[in-house]
Amino acid sequence: MTSSQQYEERLERRRRKGLVFSVLLFLATTSGLVVLVTLIVDVVVQGGQWLDWDFLTRFPSRIPENAGIKSAIVGSLWMILLTAAISVPIGVASALYLEEYAPRGWLLKIIQININNLAGIPSVVYGILGLTLFVRFFALGRSLLAGALTMALLILPIIVISSQEALRAIPEGIRESAFALGATRRQVVWSHLLPMSAPSIMTGVILALSRAIGETAPLIMIGALTFIAFLPTSALDPFTVLPIQIFNWTARPQADFQGLAAAGIIILMVVLFLMNLSAILLRNYFEKYRAR
Amino acid sequence: MADSQQISTGAKTGAHADLAVNMLHSPKERAVEYALGFCALVSVLTTLGIAAVLLVESLHFFAEVSIVEFLTETRWTPQFIDKHFGIWPLLSGTLLVTVIAALVALPIGLMSAIFIAEYAPERVRKVLKPGLELLAGIPTVVYGYFALTFVTPLLQTFVPGLNIYNALSAGIVVGVMIIPMVSSLSEDAIRAVPRSLAEGAYALGATRIEVVLRVMVPGAVSGIVASFILALSRAIGETMIVTLAAGAMPNLTANPAESVQTMTAFIVNVSLGDTPQGTVEFYSLFAVGLVLFLMTLSMNFLANLIIRRYRERY
Repeated sequence: MTSSQQYEERLERRRRKGLVFSVLLFLATTSGLVVLVTLIVDVVVQGGQWLDWDFLTRFPSRIPENAGIKSAIVGSLWMILLTAAISVPIGVASALYLEEYAPRGWLLKIIQININNLAGIPSVVYGILGLTLFVRFFALGRSLLAGALTMALLILPIIVISSQEALRAIPEGIRESAFALGATRRQVVWSHLLPMSAPSIMTGVILALSRAIGETAPLIMIGALTFIAFLPTSALDPFTVLPIQIFNWTARPQADFQGLAAAGIIILMVVLFLMNLSAILLRNYFEKYRAR
Repeated sequence: MADSQQISTGAKTGAHADLAVNMLHSPKERAVEYALGFCALVSVLTTLGIAAVLLVESLHFFAEVSIVEFLTETRWTPQFIDKHFGIWPLLSGTLLVTVIAALVALPIGLMSAIFIAEYAPERVRKVLKPGLELLAGIPTVVYGYFALTFVTPLLQTFVPGLNIYNALSAGIVVGVMIIPMVSSLSEDAIRAVPRSLAEGAYALGATRIEVVLRVMVPGAVSGIVASFILALSRAIGETMIVTLAAGAMPNLTANPAESVQTMTAFIVNVSLGDTPQGTVEFYSLFAVGLVLFLMTLSMNFLANLIIRRYRERY
């Protein structure tokens, strides 16, 4: 056998190996999506029959047929609005300081490393912090406010990091030309940087809030209740939220309650979908607007 | 405007110098800078707050239970009359779930990253990438529901004697949850390898698989390792999936068919139950939290260190 024949044979083998490999890669990549589709189909099949107007407008109940999700929906709305009101100003201000004001140096580096590490701390640990600091030390009790403060700390690193990226995307020339016209740093920030980065900051904020709306563990830690047959009237009232209600129904052994959990999941996923959609639309609109 | 008024009052001798000084150091400018700086401090205070809370409250626990017992005892029975506080059953539960999750997520995540970075045409990539990112956006309580009511019954048809609460189902679903972390960070790392290296290998007659496995993946290995560490740290800290699907039984075992309790599930169960505050059971929550915090913090730190290193290399 000549060496060129050997080469051809080996090449054939190498190519076959490559083909098998690429098929494996494709299967692996789609397997994640298959799970995603299975999950959604399963939830819709299990929960669809429980989903009706009564489900949305009733309070929780011991009897599955009478149970609803009203207090959880209202609680989640309160929670999101309070969390946003606390975390957005602080997060954007932090990003402005780190990007536009802070002197480059070791202090900035430490704060930056710290923020990156905070983003990786398990949410249940934030729950421990919230329980000790807000519920017990500041005596806010098991209230909406204690929950929102905990959630705000949890999503703060996400908001800071995405706002920093938004600010970094603004060309340096914008700042320089404003300074050249005699604007102070505060004026540059207020009249140029914030308006220009607002759409992408908003996108980051929506994504961070959609993380907060699905978080369960920290709110269990601070003691959100599952059986709330009234609507909160102030930030100091006890509360429940969608994920907690879903957790509680899932953990019960009766199949009917798991159907209710699936129905709750549909509501939660629809809310998340709408939030993500608005983030994408905002980004697309912004990109088109900028291109003009 | 307030600024121009200040400029005119300061114009005595060197008008230009005063102008600069007043513009940059007017009380308003200073106030804004300090207010923003204070907000930036909140994140530092959060870290310090977490560390302080865990340390101080753990001291109450370690006043009654010695650190030696905590680290060497093999029983965790806080609610029994004969109380034992050895972290090992919880730690082994966490590790068992994490290992199963790693077996699912690391190969699938890395293969997805390779496929998206090197194989998929632009149009396919535009569907696959956001699709995988959706997996990361699903709330963990939804995964918990899925693990308990779909994956476990499905597995029970293959695995006889599988407990309704088991480490296997929880581990698999935690693995699915962290696939996007592995795939997106690994993809970034693979893309950061210079194109010229791949083209050089192609010029030498290498096939695509050879370029990928012998040039691109080795070139991106530090980023890939960092993505693995970050994903595992996420798996260790995952709470709702394991609380719902793995059970509430501290169990020193390596058998994935059995019910186990992870550190995170223990923390949640203490606050779900009616453990009176101030008891040693209640304070054990902080000791377990401290172990969890130290584990995930050191893993994140290590991964971020590796990422910063490799960014500088090319």
